[in-house]
Amino acid sequence: MLIRYRGREGMLAWAFHRISGVAIWVFVIFHVIDIFLSGANPGAYDTVLQIYASPLGRIGETLLGAALLYHALNGLRIIVMDFWPVFTRYHRQLWYLNWALFTIVGLPVAFVILKPIFGG
Amino acid sequence: MTQRYSRSGSVRPTRQGSERTIWYLMRLTGLALFVLSLSHFLILHVLYDPKDQTAAFIANVRWSSLFWRANDWLFLTVVIVHAVLGIRIVVGDYFKGRTRTAVMTFFYLLGLSLFAFGTIVVATLPQPPA
Repeated sequence: MLIRYRGREGMLAWAFHRISGVAIWVFVIFHVIDIFLSGANPGAYDTVLQIYASPLGRIGETLLGAALLYHALNGLRIIVMDFWPVFTRYHRQLWYLNWALFTIVGLPVAFVILKPIFGG
Repeated sequence: MTQRYSRSGSVRPTRQGSERTIWYLMRLTGLALFVLSLSHFLILHVLYDPKDQTAAFIANVRWSSLFWRANDWLFLTVVIVHAVLGIRIVVGDYFKGRTRTAVMTFFYLLGLSLFAFGTIVVATLPQPPA
């Protein structure tokens, strides 16, 4: 279903929502395990956090933030259209508004997270 | 009413029942997560850097206050509800019949386990000595 083309922005908005949702699921599994280690095995927790703080970990963290921000904004867009159906007419504009907010909020956040890779 | 425009969400079930309750629950938890998840990410991935978040940081700083323990436990609870009900929609799109039941049983158990592990650590990690 994910690969069957149904139409422009609305279909992409749906596909990205699904992909980001599954990606966040995967991170939640990791995250519950690592935070459990903070009590059960603090040394192992510190090791995992070192991995999160590595360059590759920071890229993953940025992608996680992107998935989270997209899912949050698009989820709000869905709720708005569900409860005020008149907005369904402007679903495309709302999606572009999402991307504007995504860029404005996301770029500075990505900068802060990725800066240490470049010795910042 | 014909559906003239494509959209990401599913249409609200017209009949009362569990499907409609789940539909509302998905949106209610989604709204809560908009605040809970973005504030969590802002604090623990932006304001604090992961390189400073040792186990000692969790015990002595983050979870030294009951407020943040309660906040994180609430976050965990709402995340699990939203994630399990969300994956239920995805699984329903790709699996049917007994396979669907089997896959969903797996996710229900996974959700319960994650909830249990998260609850254990947030409830039992010792407070720092005063």
